[in-house]
Amino acid sequence: MKIDPLQKLMQNKSLLIGSIIVLFLVVLAIVPSLFTSYDPIALDPTAILEPPSARHIMGTDEYGRDIWSRIVYGTRLDLLIGVGAMIVPMIMGTAIGLLSGYYGGKLDSLLMRILDVFMAFPYYVLAIGIVAILGAGTKNLFIAMWLVGWKEYTRLIRSEVMVVKNMEYIQAAKSLGYSDGKILFRHILPNVVSNSIVYGASDIVMCILAGASMSFLGLGVQLPTPEWGAIISGGRAYLSTAWWITVFPGVLLIISGLGFSLIGDGLSDLLRAEDH
Amino acid sequence: MNNFSYVLKRFLQMIPVFIIVTVLVFLMIRLIPGDPARVILGEKAPLEKLAAKRVEMGLDKPLIVQFGIYLKDLVHLNFGESIRYNQPVVELLKVRLPVTLLLTLTSMFFTVLISIPLGYLAGMKKDKPADQVVRGFSLFGLSAPSFWVGMILLMIFSVHLKWFPINGWGADWGDRLKSLILPGLTSAIGVSALIVRNLRNNIVDIKQMDYVSFAKSKGVGRLRICLRHIIRNALIPTTTLLALKFLSVLGGSVVTETVFNLPGIGSLLVNSILARDYAVVQCLVLIFVVVVLVVNLLTDILYSVLDPRVTLQ
Amino acid sequence: MNKKNLNILQVENLEMHFVQKNKRIKAINDVSFYVHKGETFGFVGESGCGKSATCKTILRLLPENGEVVRGSILYNGINLLEQSEKQMRKIRGKEIGMIFQEPMTALNPVLKIKEQMYEQFLGSDMTEQQKHDKAIEMLRLVGIPSPETRLNEYIHQYSGGMRQRAMIAVTLAAEPKLLLADEPTTALDVTIQDQIIRLIEALKEKLGMSMILITHDLGVVSEMCDRVAVMYAGSIVEMADTQTLFAYPRHPYTEGLMQSLPKDNGERGKLNPIQGMPPDLSRLEEGCSFFPRCKYASKVCGTTVPQLREIAQEHWVGCHHAEHMEHAIGLICLEDAQHREGRT
Repeated sequence: MKIDPLQKLMQNKSLLIGSIIVLFLVVLAIVPSLFTSYDPIALDPTAILEPPSARHIMGTDEYGRDIWSRIVYGTRLDLLIGVGAMIVPMIMGTAIGLLSGYYGGKLDSLLMRILDVFMAFPYYVLAIGIVAILGAGTKNLFIAMWLVGWKEYTRLIRSEVMVVKNMEYIQAAKSLGYSDGKILFRHILPNVVSNSIVYGASDIVMCILAGASMSFLGLGVQLPTPEWGAIISGGRAYLSTAWWITVFPGVLLIISGLGFSLIGDGLSDLLRAEDH
Repeated sequence: MNNFSYVLKRFLQMIPVFIIVTVLVFLMIRLIPGDPARVILGEKAPLEKLAAKRVEMGLDKPLIVQFGIYLKDLVHLNFGESIRYNQPVVELLKVRLPVTLLLTLTSMFFTVLISIPLGYLAGMKKDKPADQVVRGFSLFGLSAPSFWVGMILLMIFSVHLKWFPINGWGADWGDRLKSLILPGLTSAIGVSALIVRNLRNNIVDIKQMDYVSFAKSKGVGRLRICLRHIIRNALIPTTTLLALKFLSVLGGSVVTETVFNLPGIGSLLVNSILARDYAVVQCLVLIFVVVVLVVNLLTDILYSVLDPRVTLQ
Repeated sequence: MNKKNLNILQVENLEMHFVQKNKRIKAINDVSFYVHKGETFGFVGESGCGKSATCKTILRLLPENGEVVRGSILYNGINLLEQSEKQMRKIRGKEIGMIFQEPMTALNPVLKIKEQMYEQFLGSDMTEQQKHDKAIEMLRLVGIPSPETRLNEYIHQYSGGMRQRAMIAVTLAAEPKLLLADEPTTALDVTIQDQIIRLIEALKEKLGMSMILITHDLGVVSEMCDRVAVMYAGSIVEMADTQTLFAYPRHPYTEGLMQSLPKDNGERGKLNPIQGMPPDLSRLEEGCSFFPRCKYASKVCGTTVPQLREIAQEHWVGCHHAEHMEHAIGLICLEDAQHREGRT
């Protein structure tokens, strides 16, 4: 019984709604100029701290910059942080988990000790520590998040590889004289990767939030580059007078988090259904 | 007993991890590109001052000797001096550490208060409106950044309703507890979202277990079924998760304390990095790591206490 | 049905559905039977035929989506379906007790046996000492050695055979008058099955209980039951005393069940499982539910649901052709039954 993928998507409400949200964000990120005519960085001394109006639907900040325009232009960077800070550690973590689980022995215990060390740091403390060494900035934010994010993937993949590598079909492949590389990538990887893909979907949410948090703290994306966390940070001084600076970028953060969370839920439903 | 030797073994395993972390923290200041003394004193510092600083920091000695000095200082709980506050790091800690611990405990208190009733409700009423609402809350909590939630709470409850102070840490304990409520709630919302989800799924699974039916078949009352058979069992994995989330909340204090201007070690860490106050950064990183290691061990022990099937080994 | 005053349980026209999003699963269809005081009444059938659901319905332990559509369950003349939850709680355990199939899942893994045993004494005015003594007595009764230490252990600390004994002890601690045993030996090793069967039999005599035994094992039925009902697709298709049923089965499904038994006279082969699958209970079609698998089916079987009829005294069959089955199957099975009786 083959169901066509589009039909599957229509039945899986979480996946459908999540995909629509993310698609919308991607469009914002690719062609921001379609959605706003204001420059996100240009100063406008005539329109300082204006509340939302027909001219500036989400108001302006202390430099007269249009908030909506800053949000729209920030989408690209925030999505990039979310996806980029997820994919690279996913590949790194998967590779380490594969090697560690498959070869076992000394390599495994070495890699696991390294993992232990990384696990000993709370997320933000490690990320901040790395930024402290490298210096604040967008590039270093990526590096910090890459170094922090791989642990969970390694743990997930390794534990599954340990199970799968003793299965008969792997033993059979070995006895046929297949190379380790072929066994790892052709036979083991496809069977162990599904859980980390589901985890990856929720990890994107984490990464978007963490990236925004780091920028909020002043340790990530630097002003005046538009980025949601940094915009919110700018609103701190105007909490009692200009709520719009804080509220709107947060709503966008929640919407994008929601979109990826729903995709994650939908994916795990799909995988669970396939298991049965 | 056996348990003691397990705890001892785990404790011994922690030591190499701790040593490596110590080395990393030691190297941290030396890994910074450029001259650490210049980084600390700034670009315009005169040469003789830089040289003096280098000697003061022991940077003129071989690396291994520097490490020896560093270790000796650690053992004597001498973490050096903060250049920003002009006082020993230990003195700073005495004031700052209790704030963060109190904040974390307040968050955990709110987390338990929010997530256990909600998770139970959602699990028992699976797919009913109550469950949908709770799941909606959980989805929201997972997607909302805590710094934003904190600022919104500040805006509503401090700026407009004036129920809580806007800034920082009160003078007496009554005020201080009051200023912990909003930040505690802020980090509780994010963590609760996760715990609620976990507890709900556990309750859904356990509700249909045979042992619940069997207890019912003995004529056991509803309250006892809920408490001893459903919640008791569902809380085993949830409590473990809760203990681990203690660490996320602790790490999250970096953000929460910054939003609410609380003088804890989280905001101290951020400020010290921005001010290049490395002695403080080194010490705080070590403290965070020690707490993580200890809490992880305690979580394992807690798990084996809650679940008699688990033996520590 | 007759001898009403002697029946500890009388179920009439019971119909129960599981309600799912967009379908109803007719798990129990118009089921009527009774259990005499002191007898063992057996239910046989494939898994999913509704025998366990019947048990759970009697104790009102159905999941939320289980809905009794009609019928009555009279326990000593009281209709259990009309009792409040509170009244049911008094009946559960003390009046009607249940043994589950798998002790590892039916006993709470994180509570000591002691606590789970003591739950049977909740609401009684027993002292702590009396509870303790009773609990020890029960463990001893089911043959668990060193009961004092065992009482304070968890189920995972018991060995395989002892686990089912522990559950029996817990259930019987409340001294139920009617025992529902849902496949009590299915999860056990073959070597232990026999011991447990004998234990249940002995305790039933000793405590003067009546019993409903659910099983798919005809061997167990022939050893333990006074009367048997054969269930198929949520309905009773044949019901008689055990000897009659084994000697003169009249329903083609009963015949199929007996032929699918391995013969234990050393003769290999001749294992004849019934062809086909049980029907989807959410889409029962017109006519006899066994029609698609029945080798004796005729036209009428596909259009009319056969009613359960008493074709001889106390021998009920739900088949249009029950009267004509005598020659068709009686002879084949008689041989088997005689062989079987010779063994026991």
